[in-house]
Amino acid sequence: MPSVRKHNVWIYICLLPALTGSLVFTVYPVFYVIYLSVHQVDLLSGTTKFVAFGNYMRLLRTPDFLQVLGNTLVYTLLTVAVSCSLALVVAVMVNRPGKFHAFIQTAVFSPHIIPLVSISLLWQWLMEKDSGLLNGILQGVGLPKLLWIDSPDTALMSLMLVAVWKSLGFNVVLFVAGMQSIPGQTLEAARLDGAGPAVLMRRIVIPLLSPTLFFALTVNMIGSFQVFDSVKVMTGGGPGNASNVLVHWIYQTGFEFFRFGDASAGAVILFLLVSLLAALNFGILKSRIHYQ
Amino acid sequence: MVLAANRKALAAWGTRTILLAVGLVYIFPLYWMVVTSLKSIAETAVFPPTWLPGRWMFENFADVWRTGPFERYFLNSVLVSAGIVLMELTVAVPASYVLAKKSFSGSRAIFALILSGMMIPMQVVVIPVYLLLSKLGWINTYAALIVPFLSSSTAVFWLTESFRQVPNELVEAAKIDRAPEWRIVWNVMLPAVKPTLVTIALLIYIAHWNDLFWVLVMTNNENIQTLTAGIVKLKDADGLQWNLLMAGNVILVAPILLLYMAADKQIKSAFTHGGLK
Repeated sequence: MPSVRKHNVWIYICLLPALTGSLVFTVYPVFYVIYLSVHQVDLLSGTTKFVAFGNYMRLLRTPDFLQVLGNTLVYTLLTVAVSCSLALVVAVMVNRPGKFHAFIQTAVFSPHIIPLVSISLLWQWLMEKDSGLLNGILQGVGLPKLLWIDSPDTALMSLMLVAVWKSLGFNVVLFVAGMQSIPGQTLEAARLDGAGPAVLMRRIVIPLLSPTLFFALTVNMIGSFQVFDSVKVMTGGGPGNASNVLVHWIYQTGFEFFRFGDASAGAVILFLLVSLLAALNFGILKSRIHYQ
Repeated sequence: MVLAANRKALAAWGTRTILLAVGLVYIFPLYWMVVTSLKSIAETAVFPPTWLPGRWMFENFADVWRTGPFERYFLNSVLVSAGIVLMELTVAVPASYVLAKKSFSGSRAIFALILSGMMIPMQVVVIPVYLLLSKLGWINTYAALIVPFLSSSTAVFWLTESFRQVPNELVEAAKIDRAPEWRIVWNVMLPAVKPTLVTIALLIYIAHWNDLFWVLVMTNNENIQTLTAGIVKLKDADGLQWNLLMAGNVILVAPILLLYMAADKQIKSAFTHGGLK
């Protein structure tokens, strides 16, 4: 039947551009980056030499890279934990009708839209050691100044502060949406039984919100693993290596030092971390669907 | 009873106060950015800081605009973001339509393949893509900033989901009228999913307006670079004139913030629904 075949050809033509994009810019590069990660790449001669896990082994023995990996994990775990727990509290408070609550939601959400470059620049100004507003406030209440991003002890912490500030609103909006699907009677009945805010939170809000919470945790973590702009703008990974993270390291290694083999190994490690989280999210969400 | 009522009122006021404080933590930095952008360089170093500029230096904006090819950066940001929006929608609409409304062999596999992009961050694939583009001689061209985003998993995913919700009867009715497929898409499907379409376009635009990573990797020529890269360059070059940097920052943020205020509700609901379904 020629008409059926013509029909099918038309369908595949519709899919061709999207498919080409995925194959050329996602699927093939993933395989190629894995290939590069087990090779020594010499850009000048354009040659590659198979070194098996040599790049990985060397990186995992390099203190600088281990520090980068450790920073990335600390940054991700702490930022996400703090942001999500604060967001839960704010969401419970802000989940009410009315202009005031809508306004707070909008204000808190706005950094999600604004370029991280802007946010970073703005906070770098706030954290400036001599004339920054934060040190102004500290001095105003009689506390000593902090060096914020200028000290290896506080640089990573300062970046995490900015990340929490940026991501809070996204989580608040997510949790508010989740809470609106909790039946009002459930909460009201518990309140009538004399349950206080802490009990309500632990016994009703958190369990009923657990799919949303879990989704937020994984999406936030995947996002945090990819942080780049604030590191590039605010600290450049420094002082020393104190605030360097995986993606910034990939950028430096690949595009400043042109060590493509090492940078590729770093990229594959990032890929593994993200895939692990995505798989976990998918698996657990799937099993939680019956729960709801 | 009176006591209980009092306690409830007190708690409500406590909550409001805390929320107000949280709101301030968000509004104030933005206020500080704008105020600083209007101060003189000397006034930025004054302690204690001034809450309003002593003299309103509107010329800061003209000054920062002159420090680099800012028309160029601005135009490039518009061009690249809008170009990506147009390209991604043109590619995603037909693909999503057939994925949502036609049954054919391999449709599930193709859907999964296109969606795989959602799981894979661009930082993972940047090295191979960079090598490919440099082989093509595309480094420092608009093509390097636009073409790699040819296929958007997110756009295909959302559009397919919303096309699926368009009743089949509408499509059938159009078919009885012997409308060609492209007319069905144009006259029936697209109007039916207009809110989704607008939101996706907005989010793609914002995402690429905000991007720094890809621009830094793929370009080092300021004729091609976008505002984010221009501002970072300003920071690295200057002796940190915070008033000018904040003026540049306002130029970068203002368009996006205006866009956000115009579409606040739509964006928020898209984030929550797009995220969870």
